Amino acid sequence: MAQHQVNYASSAGLPIALTTVDHLVNWGRSNSLWPLTYGLACCAIEMMAAGGARYDFDRFGTIFRASPRQSDVMILAGTLSKKHAEFARRLYDQMTEPKWVISMGSCANTGGMFNTYATVQGVDRIIPVDIYIPGCAPRPETLQYALMMLQKKIRKESANMNKNTKQNLRLV
Amino acid sequence: MRKYTPKDNVQGKSYYTDRFWVAPRVPREAVEEGSHFEAVVNALGSQVKESYIEVGQLVFHIDASENFAVIKTLRDECGYKQCSEQSAVDYLAQDGEFELFYQLLNHAEAKRVRVVCRIKKGEAIESIVPLFKSANFAEREMYDMFGIKVNNHPFLKRIIMPDDWEGHPLLKTYPLQGDEFASWYEVDKIFGKEYRDIIGPENRDPAKVDRYDTKRFSRVGYEVPFGADISEGEKEQAIKYSETILVNYNAGTKQLDERK
Repeated sequence: MAQHQVNYASSAGLPIALTTVDHLVNWGRSNSLWPLTYGLACCAIEMMAAGGARYDFDRFGTIFRASPRQSDVMILAGTLSKKHAEFARRLYDQMTEPKWVISMGSCANTGGMFNTYATVQGVDRIIPVDIYIPGCAPRPETLQYALMMLQKKIRKESANMNKNTKQNLRLV
Repeated sequence: MRKYTPKDNVQGKSYYTDRFWVAPRVPREAVEEGSHFEAVVNALGSQVKESYIEVGQLVFHIDASENFAVIKTLRDECGYKQCSEQSAVDYLAQDGEFELFYQLLNHAEAKRVRVVCRIKKGEAIESIVPLFKSANFAEREMYDMFGIKVNNHPFLKRIIMPDDWEGHPLLKTYPLQGDEFASWYEVDKIFGKEYRDIIGPENRDPAKVDRYDTKRFSRVGYEVPFGADISEGEKEQAIKYSETILVNYNAGTKQLDERK
């Protein structure tokens, strides 16, 4: 029977690593952020480029999923029209907790140049947003950076999402 | 080389420009005798009220009640097999009427015709979907954008705006940034009217800076911690900047440039 070799000179003399539950859970969460395949307008082209071979989101463990049930992150990439707002919110509600939202580009942040009757003036009116990316459209590098910032944010948070002070509008 | 145009007095010109200047119109020419368009006008007979040529295409006005008969004649007898566009123009403020137009195309002759008619507000128009399938969406869009009802349309329903939308956005009286219904539409629909106070009105000012929002705006010179509540009044915490050390490089005696 194989004996486990214990190197007493390293790992404090024992084959164990000390960590916290928060750290362990957030390590898992932040390194497998699965965004929803959900493009609204031209920013989605940049999002697709970021997911493709050249910018390669897969190396962050970020794989686009085609179902909100399997996703952690919603990237709102583009202009959100008022007609579509209820469906965007419904997709957000269908995502399982914990979930995070990236608002990508000027239109999603503030309505952008569409200062009209038919455009939602900032998606944070209906969905709580974690990261706002400026740009029209933001480069794929910017989205990559935002994803890394989101990873940093998750690593700082508590694993218990109820403890995190996040403004979350819930349907009562 | 590009033709030279004198550029003097460009800035002053706006001061004495005629305020009541009317934009030049596309010239209207008479229908030539013996042309294809004259045959079209003759085929329609007394249904044509006024006809002229604009940019090489025939434009004629008809009575709104005769639109189906006129377009049927154009399709069956004059060879206009395609309806490329159909919509309306809001002249309610000017004339109290909508101007409706049908843009038709004859592939055999490579000619286009525009049929124009006018209706009052509240009046309906006969659908031409039995003649042209392409008019289906165009008429729905006209109904959506102007509120013009179309009789005998197979499925007259809003096509662009949501079904429960109030108002018709392409009317000249419709505000560009939306009326009250439009500005609260997504909030009312998703959360309900009681959430209006929580979410607040839309920010339509792209340069808005909220001095008391310490989460989104930093305040130069008087910094407070992120998210601090300063609604009661802010304590003055002026940052002390180090005084800029000014170095006078001209004061030295060393002459670097030998030519002087």
